Amino acid sequence: MKKIVILAIVACAFPLAMHALDQGFYISFATRVLIYAMAAASLNLVLGYGGMVSFGHAAFFGAGAYIVGILTFEGVTSAWLTWPAAVAVAALAALVIGALSLRTRGVYFIMITLAFAQMMYYIFVSMKAYGGDDGLSLPRRSSLGFGVDLRNDFAWYYVVLFLLMIILYLLHRLVHSRFGRVIEAIRENETRAAAIGYPVYRYQLACFVISGAIAGLAGALIANQTSYVSPAILHWVQSGTLMIMVILGGVGRFWGGPAGAAVLLTLEEVFSGSKLLGPYALHWQLPVGVILLAVVLFAPRGIAGAFAKRPQ
Amino acid sequence: MAVDGVTLEVAAGEVHALIGPNGAGKTTLIGQISGSLPSDEGQIFFLENEITRAKQHERVSAGLARSYQITSIFKRFSVLENLALAVQARSGSSFSFWRPLAQEAALFDEARSIADQVGLSHKIASSGLSLAHGEQRALEVGLALATRPKLVLLDEPMAGMGPEDARRTIELIGRIRAQVTVLLVEHDMDAVFRLADRISVMVAGRLIATDSPEEIRMNEEVRKAYLGDELAA
Repeated sequence: MKKIVILAIVACAFPLAMHALDQGFYISFATRVLIYAMAAASLNLVLGYGGMVSFGHAAFFGAGAYIVGILTFEGVTSAWLTWPAAVAVAALAALVIGALSLRTRGVYFIMITLAFAQMMYYIFVSMKAYGGDDGLSLPRRSSLGFGVDLRNDFAWYYVVLFLLMIILYLLHRLVHSRFGRVIEAIRENETRAAAIGYPVYRYQLACFVISGAIAGLAGALIANQTSYVSPAILHWVQSGTLMIMVILGGVGRFWGGPAGAAVLLTLEEVFSGSKLLGPYALHWQLPVGVILLAVVLFAPRGIAGAFAKRPQ
Repeated sequence: MAVDGVTLEVAAGEVHALIGPNGAGKTTLIGQISGSLPSDEGQIFFLENEITRAKQHERVSAGLARSYQITSIFKRFSVLENLALAVQARSGSSFSFWRPLAQEAALFDEARSIADQVGLSHKIASSGLSLAHGEQRALEVGLALATRPKLVLLDEPMAGMGPEDARRTIELIGRIRAQVTVLLVEHDMDAVFRLADRISVMVAGRLIATDSPEEIRMNEEVRKAYLGDELAA
């Protein structure tokens, strides 16, 4: 509990410190970290807690982003409309994709979720009205009302932080509830979970939909963050990035998603900037890859796992 | 065909043993009765109701549970968590996302009493992984009992057990028979003839006899197919 309070204080004080140091850029960077922390946490729910290796989570992230993009493009800018719409559409996509994919297991499940996400990718590539391949620039960020201007980077950061804190609290309740225990039990031993009376499919699908909805909210935020959406956000590489965040942070660890998102994006930032590597910064994937390998080899339980008191 | 034209009737309150050589289809039949394997033909009735097409979880909530020949427990959960999970399945909805599970004392109290029943009360906090073979087998049976079944299908509960653990398991089945009907698949003939009210013999997917232990002992066909050596001793 003490650690969480400290973490919250640091997160709240971060933009003020950056402002004082005249490093405004890092506020925007930190906002991106918070958004990806939410997306990675949503993936960790299905992948880590539920044992469902979804390789298509970008579909829900991207769906959320595109809904905000399209609605904004069409002149609907209220966050109270566009964000819930993003969540609802992402949840619906997760319901359909999950209902079909969860009839398969193992590598088939990985492949079919990947295939569905790629289908979504090509759907948005072909939607010429909304930019097709080139993507869609958002004329403005969503409006929240109450005199809060989301164009202000401070306000935007705090809104995102607030939403992330709420989502993490909800997830914390969920993984410690009856439902959370059941999805972990299904991950551990699906056959036996069914044999003691749990309708496995229903629980997995519910978990998948909840996860998709949260990914959709993160997507809505990322569209606002970059004021731009393109099909790249639905590409399988995006799904892979989220998966790397979860593995790096700790599969099935509560803080795995946020920790992985923070570390991966920071590594990317450090190695892709020319300050450290000069002209070699072009090849930033190489050092990042080496570090990922090292984590997987030497801390197989991830960053959050390495800090945990007891093995899980 | 692993199971072919079997007509098996288990009476309420009895311990009914199902014996037969390896590969006779006993485990397949257990799978079909418990609902994890589909049946191409025939019907299954439980407490007057047809359950041939009922889902496994529906059969469990109607009071039909099974245990496994190859231990199937939640290895990374503690003994208490294992049993509480099975209790949870039949007490209230688990589509509950908010209330902490740890506050549900009733689940854990009942899990403790089941641990006591199967002789695991001293291992309550140990993970399934860290248990000895006999203890894992006890937990295996405990998980089935924790669903509070009316009929429990025990698939070789004594598989791989030493004599001491086997004796304890026989005692356990002797104790639970007052509350629950048992269909017992077992190769340990000592246990079968000590516990069973009736015995059915399965060979190559077919049931060749169902009778009292005395009659089965005398049955020529059964001796020829299966019992011969084991009863000569």
